Amino acid sequence: MSTHTENITLPQGNIEERTTKINLGPTHPATHGVFQNILELDGETIVAAEQTVGYIHRAFEKIAERRPLYQITPLTDRLNYCSSPINNMGWHLTCEKLLGIQTPKRVDYLRVIIMELARIADHLICNSIVGVDTGAYTGFLYVMQYRELIYEIWEEVCGSRLTTNIGRIGGFERDFNDIAFTKLEKFLKEYPVVLREFENLFTRNRIFMERTIGAGPISAERALNYGFTGPNLRAAGVDYDVRVHSPYSSYQDFEFAIPTGSTGDCYDRYLVRNREMWESLNIIEQAYRKIQDFKGEEATIFHADVPEYYLPEKKDVYTKMEALIYHFKIIMGEIDIPPGEVYQSVEGGNGELGFYLISDGGRSPYRLHFRRPCFIYYQAYEELVKGSMLSDAIIVMSSLNLIAGEMDG
Amino acid sequence: MELTNDLIKQRLQEKFGEQVSGFEEPYGMLTFEAPKELNLKVLQFLYDEADLGFRFMTDLTAVHYPSQPGRELAVVYHLHNLQANVRIRFKVFTAIAQPDVFSATRLYSSANWQEREAYDNFGVNFVGHPNLIRILNVDEMDYFPMRKEFPLEDQTRVDKDDEMFGRGGSTGFGTSPTADHHHSRYSDVPDGGEVV
Repeated sequence: MSTHTENITLPQGNIEERTTKINLGPTHPATHGVFQNILELDGETIVAAEQTVGYIHRAFEKIAERRPLYQITPLTDRLNYCSSPINNMGWHLTCEKLLGIQTPKRVDYLRVIIMELARIADHLICNSIVGVDTGAYTGFLYVMQYRELIYEIWEEVCGSRLTTNIGRIGGFERDFNDIAFTKLEKFLKEYPVVLREFENLFTRNRIFMERTIGAGPISAERALNYGFTGPNLRAAGVDYDVRVHSPYSSYQDFEFAIPTGSTGDCYDRYLVRNREMWESLNIIEQAYRKIQDFKGEEATIFHADVPEYYLPEKKDVYTKMEALIYHFKIIMGEIDIPPGEVYQSVEGGNGELGFYLISDGGRSPYRLHFRRPCFIYYQAYEELVKGSMLSDAIIVMSSLNLIAGEMDG
Repeated sequence: MELTNDLIKQRLQEKFGEQVSGFEEPYGMLTFEAPKELNLKVLQFLYDEADLGFRFMTDLTAVHYPSQPGRELAVVYHLHNLQANVRIRFKVFTAIAQPDVFSATRLYSSANWQEREAYDNFGVNFVGHPNLIRILNVDEMDYFPMRKEFPLEDQTRVDKDDEMFGRGGSTGFGTSPTADHHHSRYSDVPDGGEVV
């Protein structure tokens, strides 16, 4: 070593007093999406950070001003694409609130199953990515196989996997088939074992704990001021959950706990997500039991009776005049929506996903605004990473569950 | 005492009198407006008063109403009292010629980017904002794209040569009657009577 340093001649001036600016992103493998962080480093310590967003802005709010309600559902898929069904359901609930549609209980419970599966898929990705960013790839590769089981259930219900466009205003496009329920049973049986094993890999793993405990902490007060919601807020110790505070889709019929942390650091966020997955499993089991309790005609209901907004079945379109007319009117977007102003929110994978819809009575919204949770809480990034090491910047980002698609809207 | 919409309305009227107006309750959410000069005073009042305690700003956005001269732009705040679990909606209106509205960033850190977004899309000038620059659109953009004077492109137009997407060009897509009919689903069909 010493022989080498003799040959290096540094320029005059103390190099350690100077700071270095580096770009983390927009296309860095550790940013998991297209967003850029400009970090100012003193050695390896972060002294300032600036986060930039907007690289994949697609103007969904503007596009929505020209589309009839049902054509907006595919736009919501592309917000938080790790849990598209929650976004879809949130949008359907917004429309149903505006139109005054009451959904049958069975529809609500089916939706709860789909949404909780989405929450598990979302948290699973986020937590296993935190593992990857701390150097443990195994967990991620292992659990991917079980996220696949969730995707297969969605595929049975709606035909697609990632951008699901699942459900319709008033219910579902079709009833769950037997294969979907068989796959759900398989998932409920196999997943607890996997989740326990995943927790064994990380929760008491010394390397993981030392990397995440104390990394990117936030107090409850600052978190609220920054508009944190979802698991990130709960990790800071605030038990705010939209499912409990403003129940939608009959969440009031279910028994579940809201896990909270205390320090709001990466480790607490990880723990909260893991415990939420257990709660989600619990909710799915309750919902599945409730669905099995429906008898006779009730057991076949999968949508509300709203012919003006719910696409009729194809065989009716070919044989019944009325179904043909409604089909035509819905597809051509010729049914005016009532004027009104609605705010509806759902507990998304990473926080409160809100829909603010203003209608002036035309065929499409006058104005539609998405409250995208990670757009709002990503502002706190600088405060979270200031003073910590460069390697912490990476895990703070992944543990916040930032989804570029949602951020840019 | 339970925090009801009536109580909030009463407290606001005691404090600001006639200046808070337009009370409504669409779908159960108390909605009201105030002159734009008062926006911070109202927000601060709602934040500070122990019995009101609206300390969480859920959402901030803007809306463009070109048909309302003098109050073309609205800034809409959604506030939430997490303990009593009550949400309210508060609006201020401003003229588009001078779209100055005081920034709420001192009160809510979460307002920072949301105000930048509202500026970026609608051109609301948030006075006192620490860094009011574009956030989603490109920096070079010299207009505010969410305003209503910029409609989305009419899909039925035929003057544009866009062969790959079925309009104009040598294939003749978009000029035949059937193709026109197909595209009309994207346009503002004025009246459904004729097609049924």
